[in-house]
Amino acid sequence: MTSGPGPVVRPYGDTTGDGMVQVSFTLPIPNDARAEGAAVQLAAKMGLFPAMVVHAKAMGPSFTFFVVYGRVSHLVDLSQVEVVEREYPLLTAKEVNLAIRTRLRRKVVVVGATIGTDAHTVGLDAILNVKGFAGEKGLEYYRELRVVNMGAQVTAAELVARAQREKADAVLTSQVVTQRDAHIHHTEEVVAALGVAYGARYRPLVVVGGPRFDPASREQLGVDRVFGKGTTPSEVASYLVHALLTDDRRRSA
Amino acid sequence: MTGKLRLDPAVVRRARTLATRAAAPVEEMARTHTTVSVERAVLRLAGVTGADAEQIPWVNRCVDAVRDQVGLGQGVALPVWDALARHRELDLSTLAQKAAANGIAFRRPDGRDRTRAEAAARKAVGAGVRRIDRNRAERDRRLKRLGDPPRPWIYLIVATGNIFEDIPQAQAAARAGADIVAVIRSTGQSLLDYVPEGATTEGYAGTYATQENFRLMRAALDDVGQELGRYIRLTNYASGLCMPEIATLAGLERLDMMLNDCMYGIIFRDINPQRTFIDQRFSRQVHARAGIVINTGEDNYLTTADAVDAAHTVVVSQLLNERFGLEAGLEPWQLGLGHAFEINPSIPDSFSLELAHAQLVRELFPDAPLKYMPPTKHMTGNVFAGYLLDALFNLVGYMTGQGIILIGMMTEGIHTPFLSDRDLALENIGYIRNAAGSLGTDWHPAKDGLVVRRAHQVLAESVELLERICDETLLTSIARGTFGITKRPADGGKGLDGVVRHEDGYWNPATELLEAGR
Repeated sequence: MTSGPGPVVRPYGDTTGDGMVQVSFTLPIPNDARAEGAAVQLAAKMGLFPAMVVHAKAMGPSFTFFVVYGRVSHLVDLSQVEVVEREYPLLTAKEVNLAIRTRLRRKVVVVGATIGTDAHTVGLDAILNVKGFAGEKGLEYYRELRVVNMGAQVTAAELVARAQREKADAVLTSQVVTQRDAHIHHTEEVVAALGVAYGARYRPLVVVGGPRFDPASREQLGVDRVFGKGTTPSEVASYLVHALLTDDRRRSA
Repeated sequence: MTGKLRLDPAVVRRARTLATRAAAPVEEMARTHTTVSVERAVLRLAGVTGADAEQIPWVNRCVDAVRDQVGLGQGVALPVWDALARHRELDLSTLAQKAAANGIAFRRPDGRDRTRAEAAARKAVGAGVRRIDRNRAERDRRLKRLGDPPRPWIYLIVATGNIFEDIPQAQAAARAGADIVAVIRSTGQSLLDYVPEGATTEGYAGTYATQENFRLMRAALDDVGQELGRYIRLTNYASGLCMPEIATLAGLERLDMMLNDCMYGIIFRDINPQRTFIDQRFSRQVHARAGIVINTGEDNYLTTADAVDAAHTVVVSQLLNERFGLEAGLEPWQLGLGHAFEINPSIPDSFSLELAHAQLVRELFPDAPLKYMPPTKHMTGNVFAGYLLDALFNLVGYMTGQGIILIGMMTEGIHTPFLSDRDLALENIGYIRNAAGSLGTDWHPAKDGLVVRRAHQVLAESVELLERICDETLLTSIARGTFGITKRPADGGKGLDGVVRHEDGYWNPATELLEAGR
């Protein structure tokens, strides 16, 4: 986009340019005249003027809930809006399944493990278990994914042997413990073992996850993707679809 | 009772007969096997508490030591109380600690030694069972004195991860109208093969279930119940790999309701099916004794499978949960069978279908305090539409006489509920109760209308599925993905290595006492 002034917009209530919005919030004070005044003051500081408290309700003796309508003075310059683009689109479970079924025409095999001495399967299970994480179902829920969850304290050799046996498309490793950089060393062991086992052949995708991993450390670790804290199953599934479908060699594998 | 749905009593009987038949082989397995967690629960009943420097409880260390030396084929009680008789200088807890350091030589006692060990174990474990009995009597006294709220009971959740944050939130929830407070567990606790110790202040999306956390929350809810003149029930989760132990701790600390499903851990947590069925039987024996109401987890099936297509799997699971529960000694009033309002609101007649499902469950289980779960799957982030959906959920709850209603939050799936979300949710159900609370008795579906036809259809599909389960066995059905569209083979999943077949001379003082009381 050019740097010139773009179109400017403000909220729309029922007339162009009226700037009307509705907000609701709670203040930790008893419901009385002072509370309503406090709500109006907060609204003004949020840029709502004039603001009207249309609803105030006591929630117990020391909290009050407000609904406020008002006109915002702020403008949005559309030319200044920045959109951070993920390198792949976030898909729903249905879209993931459809993409695999129609474009890959076989199930995608995912082998997951918590590797090394780490006994914490919280992260692995959040991504793999049907139960899932943050309201999203885990990868087991996706019909077109076949998930092998090896659990905790899996060695690099065991993981790679299983990946070969299952003809894995992707290997997922999860680690929580970071003492003496154990998570880095264990990841390097897996990458090395895969290199030995697969040689010149195309190896499975290596996806690494854990709360202490830096998502930017992909190249340094020699893996395909690093997921940090708060990653949800659909992000992982969407990535797998993206990586497997945009690479012709993998599609024919 | 002649129901509104005119269900054929012969079909209902047939469904129960099939459920009993499907459950029988699994019950037989549960009666002839034990698990490491069942054996640890025995030691917990006898009063062993505490953990080592790595936070592994002494009960785990002690059971592992017995297993390493003489196996668990005769249970943990005989070797432990036999050793105690030979080490008169030690009390049970010290013996457990010494065993952890390989300082105790265990054996399988015979003859007089065995008789002596049995007597001592019975006495020690009996003390724990008596404490559970006293807690049950104490609950009854408080309910009589403070009064039991009318049904449906309003169920609210707290989950900060920190027990000391949970306490004021739970008390605020009670003051705002909750009859039941549930403390959600930390993500992943179900997969720990030990119960953490002490008061805990860190958890992922929930607070660890520990004996000390149970005690602290119980005391806090007793205080606020006193203030409000209303008994506030406390709920936690007896699920996962430590189901028997957590059930035991719940009995020891006077919890009132426990999430406890016969298949949830298998389907949603990939816990080994055999381990789960054995553990759930013992845990239900404890719940039966403690007067605890269990909550089953059928609502979860509808979050993975379609709520219309899979409606009959909910009924089948409820019939199985009922059967396993009754076999373990639970009474019908203790069976909080679960179901949910999860039909896609954009399909035609979705409300009528919800009504049909909820009324069907009500009529199939007339004495069970059914637990009705709010919409989650179709809560989109449009909080206004979500608030409307929650109101219709509440309406179905009142129209069909549900026993326990978990209050839906309009911000479901967005964030941990704000104080105001909870307050609005209570305002929502308060309005429905006031406006339509007596509709349950007035309302009658048309004789051949959609509601009646749908209920008959779901019941017929349930009978069909039960017939298939009887033919192929329950464990095979689970392996084939019948429930929650997830396949779980009988020898897969976590925790199978903790399952032990009874050998000749197996003896468990807890089971003996719990079964004798029936």
